[in-house]
Amino acid sequence: MSADTRRIFALHGGLLVLLFALHFVLPAYHHGNLARIMVLASYAIGYNILFGYTGLLSLGHALFFAAGMYGMALSIQYGGVTPAPALLAGIAAGAVVSGALALLALRTTGVAFMIVTLMFAQAGYLTILYFGDYTRGDEGFVLQAAQRTLWGIDLSDPANRYVAALILFAVCLMASLWLVRAPFGRVLVAIRENEERVTMLGYNAFAHKLGAMVVSGTISAAAGAAYGLLFGYAGATFASVQYSIFPLLWVLLGGAGTVLGPFIGTLFMFYLIDLSSGLTTAYMLIAGVALVALTLFAPQGLAGELRRRVWKGLP
Amino acid sequence: MSGAVLLSTHGLTKRFDGLTAVEDVDFDLPAGEVRALIGPNGAGKTTLVGMICGRIAPSAGRIVFDGQDITALPAHARIRRGMAYTFQITSVFPRLSVRENVALAARRRIKGRAAVDRAVGAALERVGLPERPDEEAGNLSYGHQRLLELAMGLVQAPRLLILDEPTQGLSEGEVERVKALIEELRGDTTILLIEHNMRVVMDLADRVTVLNFGRVLAEGTPAEIHADAAVQAAYLGTG
Ligand SMILES: Nc1ncnc2c1ncn2[C@@H]1O[C@H](COP(=O)(O)OP(=O)(O)O)[C@@H](O)[C@H]1O
Ligand SMILES: [Mg+2]
Repeated sequence: MSADTRRIFALHGGLLVLLFALHFVLPAYHHGNLARIMVLASYAIGYNILFGYTGLLSLGHALFFAAGMYGMALSIQYGGVTPAPALLAGIAAGAVVSGALALLALRTTGVAFMIVTLMFAQAGYLTILYFGDYTRGDEGFVLQAAQRTLWGIDLSDPANRYVAALILFAVCLMASLWLVRAPFGRVLVAIRENEERVTMLGYNAFAHKLGAMVVSGTISAAAGAAYGLLFGYAGATFASVQYSIFPLLWVLLGGAGTVLGPFIGTLFMFYLIDLSSGLTTAYMLIAGVALVALTLFAPQGLAGELRRRVWKGLP
Repeated sequence: MSGAVLLSTHGLTKRFDGLTAVEDVDFDLPAGEVRALIGPNGAGKTTLVGMICGRIAPSAGRIVFDGQDITALPAHARIRRGMAYTFQITSVFPRLSVRENVALAARRRIKGRAAVDRAVGAALERVGLPERPDEEAGNLSYGHQRLLELAMGLVQAPRLLILDEPTQGLSEGEVERVKALIEELRGDTTILLIEHNMRVVMDLADRVTVLNFGRVLAEGTPAEIHADAAVQAAYLGTG
């Protein structure tokens, strides 16, 4: 193992150890926040695979998040299954939906790709509303504590919930770290930089982008399924356009194309809104100003600046 | 040296709107040959090799590589069959390191981190770019980017190496190095070399094909081409 590799594992492993240690010391309020942040950051990690590493800007990832959430929640509510197979159903739903959308949307690039993904996600949102008898539409439905017991562990308990969120986050973080250092991930980065050259090196760019979109969509769906299970609720809001924009903002703030960026961005944005809404009712204004300042002074996001100024080898 | 035909084109034609850039080109390249493709600017050289390697879709005609019709194959599939192409307008990955540029070219063929590292080091050494492999490719001088392109071609160990003006913008010493490199590859690798520097063409090419206004004007040994009146006229005519 090279010195760089050791530093990389120390940094990312260190974050996971820190998050585990925080489990024992954080007051209840922040403990609950962090559990939520870790699940949302997993969503952002999925988004970052496609946007940050492959260079494809999707405006429809809420479709994948919601596919995971509803795939899980509907199978518990109406299929009567236990959480483990329900989670798998959510993840599988995300894989299928992202694969199908990839086959359609990857015929386009740039702005057209953004529009196609946006349209399909909107169609997904409307579908959820249309089947309101089952999905309960915007109002959503609650999963009872009794339905959320995984292998005898009650996931409505805050401590269990935190640990479950940490496990999800750790798996997503390490998977993304492994992926972007593997030959497949290197080709994704190369596609972002110069797609024609990648083709002329003998790589099938379409197949790689398809793979990236399925990995990205599946991770997003896993986060959506976990979110619904851990917080006991599924609602159409999670399929709406704002849930497609959130991961874009988190990733931009934290640093697109960095493994830690999605977590940093999610954490930062969550507390920015949390703190400013405590101060004033015009909290969106404060959040907006902070975002503009960041785009001006750290255009590559927080982890992106870290890479630029401190450590060029940061993955 | 002249073995079986590795590459041939039949009636290959490319029209851009009104302009016919390449017209009805029949071209045979025997395995193991170093073939120079020359002609005035705008003659259609880049367009012709672009159709051969799949970057540009032909308007008409067929391409046969190693006995198989590859006209319908996408570019990446042609490359996998043993072609490598170096761009005339350098097309490296500017924000990736020099090492990673070459590694991307190597990894398709070579598996395993250590083996890739070795192949990358060797390719950079061969083209004379061993210093600063961690530099971003975009920070290299123009000449060094051309050498990097060459390293990316070499490391693929292709059967057919297509070089589009590899010596353009290089210093005297670098031109000599590229010449020596092509000499080394002679025999193992079939080379299709687009080149403006006539000294390089005369020294390296087994045979020369001259393109003018998209058509094959002449074909022969360097000495024959040098003596050809029509070729002289084509070059003088365009200044
Ligand atoms: N993409 C294109 N669209 C329109 N015309 C083109 C295009 N590419 C090349 N051409 C034209 O085709 C002709 C041949 O160009 P090219 O193959 O680049 O010549 P060469 O490489 O011999 O200098 C030129 O007249 C050029 O302007
Ligand atoms: Mg040219």
